[in-house]
Amino acid sequence: MTTTTLPTYDEAIAGFEPVIGLETHVELGTNTKMFCGCPTDFGGEPNTRVCPVCLGLPGSLPVANKAAIEATIRIGLALNCSIATWCRFARKNYFYPDMPKNFQISQYDEPLCVDGYLDVEVDGKTVRIGIERVHLEEDTGKTLHVGGATGRIHGATESLVDYNRAGIPLVEIVTKPVPGTGALAPEVARAYVTELREVIRGLGVSDVRMEEGSLRCDVNTSLNRPGDEWGTRTETKNVNSLRSVERAVRTEIIRQSAVLEGGGRIVQETRHFSEETGDTRPGRSKETATDYRYFPEPDLVPLAPDPAWVESLRLALPEPPRDRRKRIQESWGLSDLDMQSVVNAGAVELIEETVAAGATAAAARKWWLGELARRANEAGIDLASVGATPAQVAELQTLVDSGKLNDKLARVVIEGVVAGEGSPTEVMEARGLAVVSDTGALTAAVDEAIAANPDVAAKVRDGKVAAAGALVGAVMKTTKGQADAKTVRELILERLGAS
Amino acid sequence: MSDLTRMTAAELAGTIAKGDASAEEVTRAHLDRIAAVDGKVHAFLHVDADGAINAARKVDAKRAAGDELGPLAGVPVAVKDVLTTRGVPTTAGSKILEGWRPPYDSTVVERLRDAGTVILGKTNMDEFAMGSSTEYSAYGPTNNPWDLGRIPGGSGGGSAAAIAAYEAPLAIGTDTGGSIRQPGAVTGTVGSKPTYGGTSRYGLIAFSSSLDTPGPCARTVLDAALLHEVMAGHDWRDSTSIPQAVPPVVEAARLGMTGDLTGVKLGVVTEFNGEGAEPGVLAAFHDALAALTKLGAEVVEVSAPHFQYALPAYYLIAPSECSSNLARFDGVRFGLRVGDDGNRSLEEVMSLTREAGFGPEVKRRIMLGTYALSSGYYDAYYGQAQKVRTLITQDFNAAFEQVDVLVSPTTPFVAFPFGSRTSDPYQMYLADLFTIPTNLYGGPGISVPCGLSEGLPVGFQIMAPTMADDRMYRVAAALESAVGTLTPPSLEG
Repeated sequence: MTTTTLPTYDEAIAGFEPVIGLETHVELGTNTKMFCGCPTDFGGEPNTRVCPVCLGLPGSLPVANKAAIEATIRIGLALNCSIATWCRFARKNYFYPDMPKNFQISQYDEPLCVDGYLDVEVDGKTVRIGIERVHLEEDTGKTLHVGGATGRIHGATESLVDYNRAGIPLVEIVTKPVPGTGALAPEVARAYVTELREVIRGLGVSDVRMEEGSLRCDVNTSLNRPGDEWGTRTETKNVNSLRSVERAVRTEIIRQSAVLEGGGRIVQETRHFSEETGDTRPGRSKETATDYRYFPEPDLVPLAPDPAWVESLRLALPEPPRDRRKRIQESWGLSDLDMQSVVNAGAVELIEETVAAGATAAAARKWWLGELARRANEAGIDLASVGATPAQVAELQTLVDSGKLNDKLARVVIEGVVAGEGSPTEVMEARGLAVVSDTGALTAAVDEAIAANPDVAAKVRDGKVAAAGALVGAVMKTTKGQADAKTVRELILERLGAS
Repeated sequence: MSDLTRMTAAELAGTIAKGDASAEEVTRAHLDRIAAVDGKVHAFLHVDADGAINAARKVDAKRAAGDELGPLAGVPVAVKDVLTTRGVPTTAGSKILEGWRPPYDSTVVERLRDAGTVILGKTNMDEFAMGSSTEYSAYGPTNNPWDLGRIPGGSGGGSAAAIAAYEAPLAIGTDTGGSIRQPGAVTGTVGSKPTYGGTSRYGLIAFSSSLDTPGPCARTVLDAALLHEVMAGHDWRDSTSIPQAVPPVVEAARLGMTGDLTGVKLGVVTEFNGEGAEPGVLAAFHDALAALTKLGAEVVEVSAPHFQYALPAYYLIAPSECSSNLARFDGVRFGLRVGDDGNRSLEEVMSLTREAGFGPEVKRRIMLGTYALSSGYYDAYYGQAQKVRTLITQDFNAAFEQVDVLVSPTTPFVAFPFGSRTSDPYQMYLADLFTIPTNLYGGPGISVPCGLSEGLPVGFQIMAPTMADDRMYRVAAALESAVGTLTPPSLEG
């Protein structure tokens, strides 16, 4: 294979208009599965959360989960959709071992929610993303290929299937094609998924964790020359983080641009995004059949949500995240840019809860967007999963405010908290990190520093107070940073008769 | 004591309740009968003697303790092998499920157990209930007790033959296009298909989900009604189950047994009263009409113009649903697995399993259904068939504005010799010509013996509006009181 040099993103996008579209799957956090009474919690020994229905045993029948239907309607309402007054489930037929019945109960031409929108903000501009449909279906099991080098089916000696996930309610949210975003397309894609996640989290219907797969995203991308018809799209799967959503669109734009500029043609296909390399590769088609032979699911009666009930759900919707953020931004006194960084970091709730736990907004923001965001980035995880709770961050700030910790020590305490060593106070005590405020011990360290640096001491005595910094540094070094720098400085000046 | 196997279910229940015979004695009598004649009839695929004896002893213990017994407590029942029985082999007549022991009971079976009936075993059937003769059972056909060289009907030929041969007083069948009624007709027994949704499909291995209906098989109308009331009623595990009270079928059967049908209006379906049926069948049907008139019923002709499209519509809808329902038989989770030698791909193993595990009629219908649902053909086939279904429902609704029930022969011909219709699928499909419209509509239908043609039983079909199952039981019981029950020739010697 020849290696061609890919254009930069700016070069790639220069000659083209991108059109994007997103299909998002959200696992609902209902207590039980979509069509049976099995529990839905993540994890668990393989094939322990199964029954005749979700295993698709002969004779078993599905019964629709009302809580899942309600959650789907609430998502639809929050996305400004119309709610069907009558609709049916449909069978999507294809053979695959992680599908117990070799058909998936889904919705086809009669989705529960249609024709809505979600407004997102990118670069200070509001972009309206059209929502084509929101429908309800059941999740599949998980296949694990054992014995191969790649974890893929090729070369594997055994394939194992875990049906714990089979039958978990899954909501699919499909956007209309989004044209006109230009070079901002990758950011718009990310902003949409971020906002969607906020909306769904606000509804309390899913934990929307991309790393656990409770929110999964497929990204459609096409390019066309300005003025031309839309180009052929590719569908990128395996996009498992917000960052990857943006990268996947960017990568696909660069790749497609190179193909088109080289006189090639885009093939309509499914591509897999690689978190490691950031590129996309053609996916092996999961199903051999391309004709799903959809037909109305005869085992289930049609859904006919009572309009009065739907209206009551609409009235009970929480404040939209966007409105809420505006309100919060004002109360925290943040600039648009600062608020944007909070949102991008997924830190709105975290900061809000930290403030509720007693910290100031500024302090809460500092910790979450500073030290904790850095750690989350390094670990490649969501901020919420970083290992510190809002209550712990508030506690940490209390320790700083009371002088027990300085900034530097507080960062070390965070390390311990994140490592699971306990609360900030416990970590501080266990690691012996408290600020040394015992002046007796400090005086000895100061005297030692003065004795070790006679030249500097002489300068300070001569009135060059600024030179004291070197002595403060020496003291901080011997106390391993546990002294309060201000107290040390005062002591030095006092001993040298310069205060 | 009279032969326990010759008694009706109602009589047996009374005998057990009075203590004239124990449930265990009744059960043993039937197990003995099975041992004596099932080699000739082959009604059973699996006899659960231990399970039956245990269930019977429980009833006897309850009685001894003075507990109240249900109306069919201690009465043996044979169950079509398409309903799951916990821990007891369930094959649906297919090689692909050979040896499978379900981990759960179907709702119908659960209700039979709760009622204290004694499950004797599982009866033979056409594979996955696809057929009208049991010739498509993967385990060999069932022989009609009236003539062992002839078919017992299908798909539930095993259940009907078991009753006709006195191997069981009661049996459970399932009816998708006539699989309870047509076997009832050709074995001289009563077969009733309740309203769709009146009996639970949970645990019924699906052939065609929108049509499959479990129902009772018996030698008398009252027995069928008694079993109907035990097995029917709303079940939350089946979404299509109707959340309404069971129609009062036992009361209706008792009313019919008085032989008075004054004020009851019967509609003879014009389209089913001439061509298509054997002369002997039509003659017996007309004799029965005359008998019913004598009992006070008024007989009028009613046209159902779309019934003629029922058969083709059925042979699109049922195969379409079956092509999807049977996709789960792939060798991955249960049942047969063929070709898994470590070198073949998953698709090859699935393919080899299905190739080896399914019989010819099942494959034919899966292919028909797969085609009918295909993109580009859906509207012309499946979609069009659904429209026909709506028109047939309209025919029924219009007819029931004029009459209380509709009547017709159950099946166009008496039991035919083995092999006479297997070479031409259409000739086999014609067996269900008169029974299919009811399935498409969703209403109840019953077949009750009305006489003989060339020495073989003829069935009389009564069809009622949805959830008015009681109406057909009344008319059926009245007809039975007029023409009597049929007794097949002895199987001994």
